[in-house]
Amino acid sequence: MLEQHADDTKVLAGGQSLIPLLNMRLASPAYLVDINHILELHYIEPEDGYLAIGATVRQAQVERSPLVQQDHPLLIEVVRHIGHAQIRSRGTVVGSIAHADPAAELPALLTCLNGEVVLESARGERVLKAEEFFTGYLSTAIEAGEMVSEARFPWIPPQAGWSFLEFARRSGDYALVGAVAVLTPGLDDRCMAAHIAYLGIAGAPVRARQVEQALIGSTLDEQTLDQAAELARDLVSEDMEDVHATADYRRALTSELTKRVLKAAWERREH
Amino acid sequence: MQEENVSTFTESCTISVTVNGNLYEREVPVRMLLSDFLRHELHLTGTHVGCEHGVCGCCTVLLNGEPVRSCLMLAVQADEMALTTIEGLAGTNSELHPIQQAFREKHGLQCGFCTPGIIMSVHAMLHENSNPTEEEIRQGLSGNICRCTGYQNIVEAVKLAAERLRAPQTEVD
Repeated sequence: MLEQHADDTKVLAGGQSLIPLLNMRLASPAYLVDINHILELHYIEPEDGYLAIGATVRQAQVERSPLVQQDHPLLIEVVRHIGHAQIRSRGTVVGSIAHADPAAELPALLTCLNGEVVLESARGERVLKAEEFFTGYLSTAIEAGEMVSEARFPWIPPQAGWSFLEFARRSGDYALVGAVAVLTPGLDDRCMAAHIAYLGIAGAPVRARQVEQALIGSTLDEQTLDQAAELARDLVSEDMEDVHATADYRRALTSELTKRVLKAAWERREH
Repeated sequence: MQEENVSTFTESCTISVTVNGNLYEREVPVRMLLSDFLRHELHLTGTHVGCEHGVCGCCTVLLNGEPVRSCLMLAVQADEMALTTIEGLAGTNSELHPIQQAFREKHGLQCGFCTPGIIMSVHAMLHENSNPTEEEIRQGLSGNICRCTGYQNIVEAVKLAAERLRAPQTEVD
């Protein structure tokens, strides 16, 4: 069906983004393919190097999974920031990624961790890195006839510290800006590896490699944090200006959140 | 053009849904929302419809025990599932559910439009956590918008309901 009517078909899983679009007549696909009954897509599987989540797994199921709680606490932390409990009981992890809202939490996490998505179609399967997958505002590399069947969240090294912070006007609203960081200390307790990504600062999630570079070898002292905040401020796109916040306001938020998220991540490291 | 597309492909489908313990079998258009199904087909108008895009929480119902927005689901997706709506909470002799009773006593409502959704959300919240802190209560209520009360009395009502539902002699549904 996806193959035959590719141009006018949407995949429906949790529906927490797609149904509002239909209700508001912003989308009117001729066909909807409800994948909720495909049992093969319902899994949370630890794999070598990453946690695999199938396309029909609800956000609430991830939240309650002892496996995820134990082995991927950052994913739990991020999922708890999505909408409200009533949204998470239907919304899926993969659906949020496929929808690719610039203010969504999971695309930023996937980008931060350098995770992957699995795309399936009648023609076969391909695997893309997060940064290849998210191409812009609500835009992804999904081709006609394809669907995302799995998201892969890389494990975090045991000694690494992590944090996710976002700023929203009201609890559960779309965040204006958010940041997620994973910092790995070396034996000398200096930052050996850094991952940081943002939501809400451009059409697609942004992995801030300049900021990461500035952190390597440092002890996350005040001076380094100030420098990181400055670098992050410059990443905010001029286009991110709307009724909710000006681009300048988002720059100020990005700068402040950068300091806070890095501090919180560094404090959580094992040393 | 878009309108045409939708109408051309609209089909119907027979579903069977258990609502408040009663089994209903109905033929419904495939694009009908669950909230419209409850209100227009089953005439269970206690489930209110506010924003119709998942923000206000008025239409919250329990789907296999979990709180969901009935405006963000198609009726056909509820096929062979069990729903609880506000009509399903009160006892057989129409005595109020402890949550409803607490809302009444603590004046947890004014106009009442948001109340069915709030009560269903609170029902799910207390099922998951029978002794929530005030912070957890406020977090749990964050998915429901009330424009009258200022929430203070709703929080008080939830505290009272939680206390009563925890008490061993109280019958929990």
